Amino acid sequence: MIASDTNASLDDLDRAIIQATQAGLPLTEKPYEAIAEQVGGTPAQVMARMQRMQDRGIIRRIGAVPNHYVLGFRGNGMSVWDVPDEHIQICGEMVGALEFVSHAYHRPRHPPLWNYNLFAMVHGRDRDEVMLKVEKIAKLLGENDRGHEVLFSTRILKKTGLRLPGGNP
Amino acid sequence: MDATDRAIINRLQHGFPICEQPYGQAAAELGIGEQELLERLRAMLKDKRLSRFGPMYHAERMGGGLSLCAMSIPQNDFEQVAEKVNAFPEVAHNYAREHALNMWFVLATDTPERIQQVLREIEESTGYPVYNMPKKQEFFIGLHFTL
Repeated sequence: MIASDTNASLDDLDRAIIQATQAGLPLTEKPYEAIAEQVGGTPAQVMARMQRMQDRGIIRRIGAVPNHYVLGFRGNGMSVWDVPDEHIQICGEMVGALEFVSHAYHRPRHPPLWNYNLFAMVHGRDRDEVMLKVEKIAKLLGENDRGHEVLFSTRILKKTGLRLPGGNP
Repeated sequence: MDATDRAIINRLQHGFPICEQPYGQAAAELGIGEQELLERLRAMLKDKRLSRFGPMYHAERMGGGLSLCAMSIPQNDFEQVAEKVNAFPEVAHNYAREHALNMWFVLATDTPERIQQVLREIEESTGYPVYNMPKKQEFFIGLHFTL
């Protein structure tokens, strides 16, 4: 699941590329050439390294990250579900495949306070739309839904980017 | 926000080519010019319809630790605890949520082992227990968000 040995294979050039692209890909016709100039490699090297990091899952993908909130999706709810542990795989896959779910994770329970083991972030234009979508998930899960809640955020207390370990050697 | 912007967002959530002129290649797929794609991406980043454009790195695969943590804090102590929690540089985001567990934050550390240490430090600093909920499995990061 978590490949802990992959970090060992990141070398200085990989780290320099990570550092150079943390804020984003250059918006110029030849972005990999621009990165190469910055890190002191050739464009072919940079492209090969980025392809390799992508093949290994160090880069999940290269692409656009839409801002749900600015695009009008202001109701974002963290839905949490108590599903049988023996069915977590099928339940997680079903829920994760839904278009309105951006992340789905299996996480540990902390009984008796916290009995939920499946988390799914649900996006909608407002809270009502989120609740309708949560009902769709409930129907989809059927008997596997032994209880669920939706936690809406009321306030952002802190928001900074993730510090990338490979980028801070 | 017109049909072209929507098409760009929908298409470029799925990935981007690694080649000499990737914007040209992506633009051709979208049926627009390379310069138009670059201009539209710049505009959408500027007005924040896009929060980012580029490689998405996988923190754990880079050797770091990552976890979601929750705390249950009485209202009269909430602000003070939020301040103490936020003071840890390892706390990346922190959200107030409507629940008995009313504070939810993401911890990102340089090594997986540091997660437990930082958790203990937060418990010592605030006097409240931290519920650690690291992901056991990720099913799918639904990166598709059709507009």
